[in-house]
Amino acid sequence: MTNPVLEGEDVLIRVRDLCNAFGPHVVHEHLDLDVRRGEIIGVVGGSGTGKSVLMRAIIGLQIPTEGSIEVLGQSITDARDDHEISIRNRWGVLFQGGALFSTLTVGENVEVPLREFYPEIGDELRAEIARYKVLLSGLPAEAGDKYPAELSGGMKKRAGLARALSLDPELLFLDEPTAGLDPIGAAAFDQLILNLQQTLGLTVFLITHDLDTLYEICDRVAVLADKRVIAVGTIPQLLALDHPWIQEYFNGPRGRAAKAAQERAATAGTPG
Amino acid sequence: MTETADFTLTSGENGDTLVFSGPMTVATLGGLDARLREIETPIARIDLADVPMMDTVGAWTCWRLSRDTGAEIVHPCEAAERLIGALEKVDDGGEPTQAGGLPVWLRVPAKVGDTVFGLAAGAVEVLGFFGQMLLATWGLLRHPGRFRFNALVHQMELVGVNALAIVGLMSFLVGIVIAQQGAVQLRQFGAEVYTVNLVGRLTLRELGILMTAIMVAGRSGSAFAAQLGTMKLNEEIDAMRTIGVSPMEALVLPRILATVLMLPVLGVYSAVVGIIGGAFLSSLTLDIPFFSFLARIREVVPVHDVWVGLFKGPVFGLIVSVAGCYQGMQVKANAEEVGLRTTSAVVMAIFTVIVLDAFFAVFFTEVGWG
Repeated sequence: MTNPVLEGEDVLIRVRDLCNAFGPHVVHEHLDLDVRRGEIIGVVGGSGTGKSVLMRAIIGLQIPTEGSIEVLGQSITDARDDHEISIRNRWGVLFQGGALFSTLTVGENVEVPLREFYPEIGDELRAEIARYKVLLSGLPAEAGDKYPAELSGGMKKRAGLARALSLDPELLFLDEPTAGLDPIGAAAFDQLILNLQQTLGLTVFLITHDLDTLYEICDRVAVLADKRVIAVGTIPQLLALDHPWIQEYFNGPRGRAAKAAQERAATAGTPG
Repeated sequence: MTETADFTLTSGENGDTLVFSGPMTVATLGGLDARLREIETPIARIDLADVPMMDTVGAWTCWRLSRDTGAEIVHPCEAAERLIGALEKVDDGGEPTQAGGLPVWLRVPAKVGDTVFGLAAGAVEVLGFFGQMLLATWGLLRHPGRFRFNALVHQMELVGVNALAIVGLMSFLVGIVIAQQGAVQLRQFGAEVYTVNLVGRLTLRELGILMTAIMVAGRSGSAFAAQLGTMKLNEEIDAMRTIGVSPMEALVLPRILATVLMLPVLGVYSAVVGIIGGAFLSSLTLDIPFFSFLARIREVVPVHDVWVGLFKGPVFGLIVSVAGCYQGMQVKANAEEVGLRTTSAVVMAIFTVIVLDAFFAVFFTEVGWG
């Protein structure tokens, strides 16, 4: 039930036997993972367990030492250079710090992928697209004319999300989207992701440490430990396992608080 | 994706109907948009019955038309309805701000004005930076214990020792060029022997220090600007300040002091290697033996040439390092600025050094050290 390999399902990301090493330091050893179409999968693990490395490998930024990765039916590991990965216009990536281009305004940042992939789109429409993407990401319209250096950390994340959504991707990669946000901002960001996922039918690969995010929006959670994905499942399924790290992670003081918060929200949500 | 989107305009008794067909996505709508914007007749309905697929760009196109013309959207598929609903919720009806470009006859004077005011403000800021530096120096003189000796030695290695190879090679070649070209000209008067004077006086008094200053501006001045600029962007400088470490003391002063100390040393080294280069060429082509060339140098070069060179060394070092550190500390916004500031640091340093060198040349001749 918590096996990372899914049989006979519509799988969007298929990672098999992945090994990653930096010199003598081994990060992943024979890691398997499947991501279903249309789900929000949360990836958790202690610091240094290679969550970001896994994401970088999936999007082709990190060349693994062994193993195969297939995204949207295309092999990432067989591509010899960046140009061979033709599905880049079907995914969007939000990096941890936003990674906005600092010499462009937020609006221009959102326009970059549009210019790159669809040069036939006219200036007027492109500017309009950038504007509504900025609005969809929960930023005020004026933010589109600002430079990244003029934005707060949370606004940079939203701007990064607007750029990630620029091409209406099917697949969205988010690296710690709520880290460094205030609780209200983080909760709003969670709702925004959930909302976009439901409206646009996205598949979301989400790296997070935020237990509230895991309880609130993730369909399944993948746990990285011992250099591989030890289990994938809903939180109750994971809690049924007897792994010490999972128990500590979800049953620690913060884990219990997040669970209680979710239960409160659930009872408050039911009428009567 | 071979399927493309298209539309037809049909007029009926209740007004015109815009009928879309094909998938309306970011990939298919590019060419369609310009044609859509040319429609001038009022539209009453937008029919989406033949649209099997839609993304937010398609939804935006429909929503904008319906918002601007008051048209009713009919037969949307489920995805279309959801997406248009989502856009309707966030759209505030505003237009994207157009990049405000001034016409040429205004843009040129505006640019000139900006530059002039920028230069004036820059001059004041450099002066302010210089003042801060003097204050920090004064503070260090009162509390010598705070002086960062390790940082100074490290910078001296970077600025001085690591530059020995390139400065040496450059000076050797410059010495050869002066000797060779000088000999060609002097031969016309049968005065080849004065090649020694030419090489000795030029390298010790002018070229040794000037070429070294230019090389150090390119090697170290640019490095100072880029390092400090990047640290500024990463908020490392702010972090230092909050820990109670003065960036002036920890970063700027060691760099400036190292350059001020190393430039005269490099300058003398450069002059010596230049003379060796000249002697080497003379021994090969002018029948002046290598060691007689060196012995002649002592006779023909007045000692004040060495003093002039040594005096200019620290002054040029100060200019090069202050330009680099000042430009680096001015970085505020982004990566592009680091590049621009680094360029300005080198240009400002080399320009000022050459202007001052011309001034010194006239000045020292006038005071009798000709």
